Amino acid sequence: MSTTTIAPQALTAKDFATDQEVRWCPGCGDYSILKQVQTIMPGLGIPRENIVIVSGIGCSSRFPYYMNTYGMHSIHGRATAIASGLKATRPELSVWVVTGDGDGLSIGGNHTIHLLRRNFDLNIMLFNNQIYGLTKGQYSPTSEENKITKSTPFGSIDHPFNPLALALGADATFIARSMDRDPKHLQELLKRSHAHKGASFLEIYQNCNIFNDGAFEVFTEKGSKMEETIFVENGQPLVFGAQKNKGIRLDGLKPVVVELGSEYSASDLWIHDESDFYKAQLLTRIFDDPRIEGHLPRPFGVFYQTSRPTYEEGMARQIEDAIAKRGPGNLDKLLSGNETWTIR
Amino acid sequence: MSNTSIQQIEDVVIKFAGDSGDGMQLTGSQFSNNTALIGNDLSTFPDFPAEIRAPQGTLPGVSGFQLHFSSNRIFTPGDACDVLVAMNAAALKANLKGLKKGGIIIANTDGFDGKNLRLANYPEGINPLEDGSLVDYQLHTMDVTKMTREALKDINMGMKEKDRAKNMFVLGFLYWLYNRNMESTENFLRDKFGKKPEILDSNLKVLHAGYNFGDTVEASFSTRFHVEKARMEPGTYRSITGNTALAYGLIAASQKANLPIFLGTYPITPASDILHELSRYKNFGIRTFQAEDEIAGITSAIGASYGGHMGITTTSGPGMALKSEAMGLAVMLEIPLMIIDIQRGGPSTGLPTKTEQSDLLQAYYGRNGECPMPVISASTPSDCFDAVYEAFRISVRHMTPVIFLSDGYIANGSEPWRFPQSADLTPIEVKFKQGLAEGEEQFLPYHRDENLVRPWAVPGTPGLEHRIGGLEKQNITGNVSYDPENHQLMVKIRQEKVDRIADHIPPQKIEVGPEKGKVLVLGWGSTYGAIKSAVLDLLAEGHAVSHAHIRHLRPFPKNLGDILHSFDKVLIPEINNGQLIKIIRDQFLIDAEGYHKIMGVPITRGELVIKIKEMLG
Repeated sequence: MSTTTIAPQALTAKDFATDQEVRWCPGCGDYSILKQVQTIMPGLGIPRENIVIVSGIGCSSRFPYYMNTYGMHSIHGRATAIASGLKATRPELSVWVVTGDGDGLSIGGNHTIHLLRRNFDLNIMLFNNQIYGLTKGQYSPTSEENKITKSTPFGSIDHPFNPLALALGADATFIARSMDRDPKHLQELLKRSHAHKGASFLEIYQNCNIFNDGAFEVFTEKGSKMEETIFVENGQPLVFGAQKNKGIRLDGLKPVVVELGSEYSASDLWIHDESDFYKAQLLTRIFDDPRIEGHLPRPFGVFYQTSRPTYEEGMARQIEDAIAKRGPGNLDKLLSGNETWTIR
Repeated sequence: MSNTSIQQIEDVVIKFAGDSGDGMQLTGSQFSNNTALIGNDLSTFPDFPAEIRAPQGTLPGVSGFQLHFSSNRIFTPGDACDVLVAMNAAALKANLKGLKKGGIIIANTDGFDGKNLRLANYPEGINPLEDGSLVDYQLHTMDVTKMTREALKDINMGMKEKDRAKNMFVLGFLYWLYNRNMESTENFLRDKFGKKPEILDSNLKVLHAGYNFGDTVEASFSTRFHVEKARMEPGTYRSITGNTALAYGLIAASQKANLPIFLGTYPITPASDILHELSRYKNFGIRTFQAEDEIAGITSAIGASYGGHMGITTTSGPGMALKSEAMGLAVMLEIPLMIIDIQRGGPSTGLPTKTEQSDLLQAYYGRNGECPMPVISASTPSDCFDAVYEAFRISVRHMTPVIFLSDGYIANGSEPWRFPQSADLTPIEVKFKQGLAEGEEQFLPYHRDENLVRPWAVPGTPGLEHRIGGLEKQNITGNVSYDPENHQLMVKIRQEKVDRIADHIPPQKIEVGPEKGKVLVLGWGSTYGAIKSAVLDLLAEGHAVSHAHIRHLRPFPKNLGDILHSFDKVLIPEINNGQLIKIIRDQFLIDAEGYHKIMGVPITRGELVIKIKEMLG
């Protein structure tokens, strides 16, 4: 008897694409994010059937339809809660939540912070474009103040959320920021998100070229990117600038920009430490409006990572403990209880 | 020993009433358990304020527990009381109108001091225990507080702690009055306070002091009472409340389906006890998740169902409203899910601790779009077990979210339950799609069987990767579709799928009375006991009246129309402003008559008898 074994074919990015026509606006930042996710997926080594992508409502939430995995396109703001229930019952699955600044921080803000504090082991990708795209251009909870939109013809009054500060405030165990226009960086951070055990919160700056074109231009475009951003790396000093000639130094608790040269060298700078909770607080607060004189560059990268037991582990452990202690449930014993009487 | 005689009686209704801090719920439930153990039939109705501690001594702070027990079969906690235990003036004032003329009042005199009388709004200088106003009743007074302290005089304990045991004095006294063995309560106290010997000791001492007070002292009772065992169907019984029976029904269904339960829920009165109960039984593999809000409760349950567990969410009216969008998603996804609504008074926050059949229309229609869902209801505390088991079966068998309706009255009420053996419960079949069948090229998530049921394909199954969601689905493939014809088709299919469940449920039966006649009393839910009692009374008087009670509210049993058309008149009593009646009129075009009570309390047997007699002419 002879048997032929066929080695499982290594998957490629193409295997993660579906036959559905992608229906985002031409030029939308979502295309790049989809591509990066499809690109890194084969390398994660997870069988396709064990990957689930859950989304809410919004442009970004169409995402699951374009991924050849399991997926659910749910209702507005609730993807995080649905993913929580899924992960609680099926801890072995790799669960990815796709949400946006409206979906995840406005209508679904409550579920987002509670998921983070509970620390389910799943990955949140928050596509931040600072606008409501699907409803055609109202300001969002991350829009800058005084924003003129369809719903705010005289400018918005709301103070915007700082998503990473919010996530850290909810005791997230992994927070990071990347952008649609830097594929390599985004791929790297998607992999880091996946590798993190616990809830990872990855904010992705995503350009809505129809309703909020250029919102992040200064951070993403060649001419200004090097001056306006700082890509943090664990153990490395916070250096930035086209000539790598500037850095951020901590003056007490205050981050200040310094020129590298005669007065300061790299060793005087703030050395990024992903495990430092207090420094992470400062780093999330570097959130200056780039239009304001003397502003600090916007940080990108993994801000903070720590380890805390996941919710689903705790849940499973309680069940194991209960069975170990009391034995598996006995239905007849449960139904009869301790006090019965018999009528003959 | 006193020389009291023991009188055999058939039927007693006792109301325990006191301040919400007086422990009346505990006293009532202990006396109920004891009553159950001696084999009486019984029915209870706890009635407590929405405030945890309303201002002490006031009318809004009165907490009551009504217990009806009998040597006959009974179906309600009783219309009026034979005995009223009043721990303070407010308790007397709030409950006197529910006491039969000639009934017994047992009053704690310490609760009728100047302050308590003022708080109960009695006019200055008036004490009902002393002014002769209670001449129509048998009034017995005792200073419970004083005697409790006396019983504990050798125990080194603060006065406040000592006074906490005074409900045990009353309980002990009633055990004497009804000629009971107190072992069940002694065991309960040992269980509860085993680790606090001082508190255990003081409670036992006071319990016995109350019993001995009746036995030895001039308690002014010349008669004690005894109620014989009820003539009930042979079998082994226990006492059960509706919410506990419901929790057990879910556990039993989970076991018999071999399908683990995930409960995603947010605390809300009167549903929280189901969460409390289920969270205790982790050794049955049950996962309970106290979510951040009602919406996360249901959506986390949807996530669990999608993952191949039975997702359950429990709530009450206001929470139902918050969950309705997610229910729509579950209808589109066509996955099993149980939405359990323990109804209370509404609208808005309404009357949180009072009962009402408030949400039938919400359950039927309360969603955006055409969004049909099976609706199943329970009619008594123990029926919660069977009815929720049935709801579980339908949800799995027909891949649909189901709504289960109970209410505050049966959730907290208790009755004897001839509990089933697990071996006698019908197993529930669960079919997960295991992979592509031979010759099946591509998984079609909305390809249906003869009952229009789609396959349950859970993540982790190779070859079945697919996407579902809230957007309209193309028939069979499940791809997003905005095609007009397809939308109409899918709406019709989802409706037809729910309608076809009628082929798989038992026919409607007539509870009591003839198959055709003058008046049919049609009920659903917790009005069961009152309707059945009223109809039995009228049948005994020779009237042509029948009772039918609907468990399957959507879809209705297929023979319901025939039954309705077999009677000259149909009466539909409800604890709401008329909800089932709207649906019955709509679906069967009959001129049904309603009887609506919207007071947060159950309909009584007596008022129904009057109403039915009017209709009988």
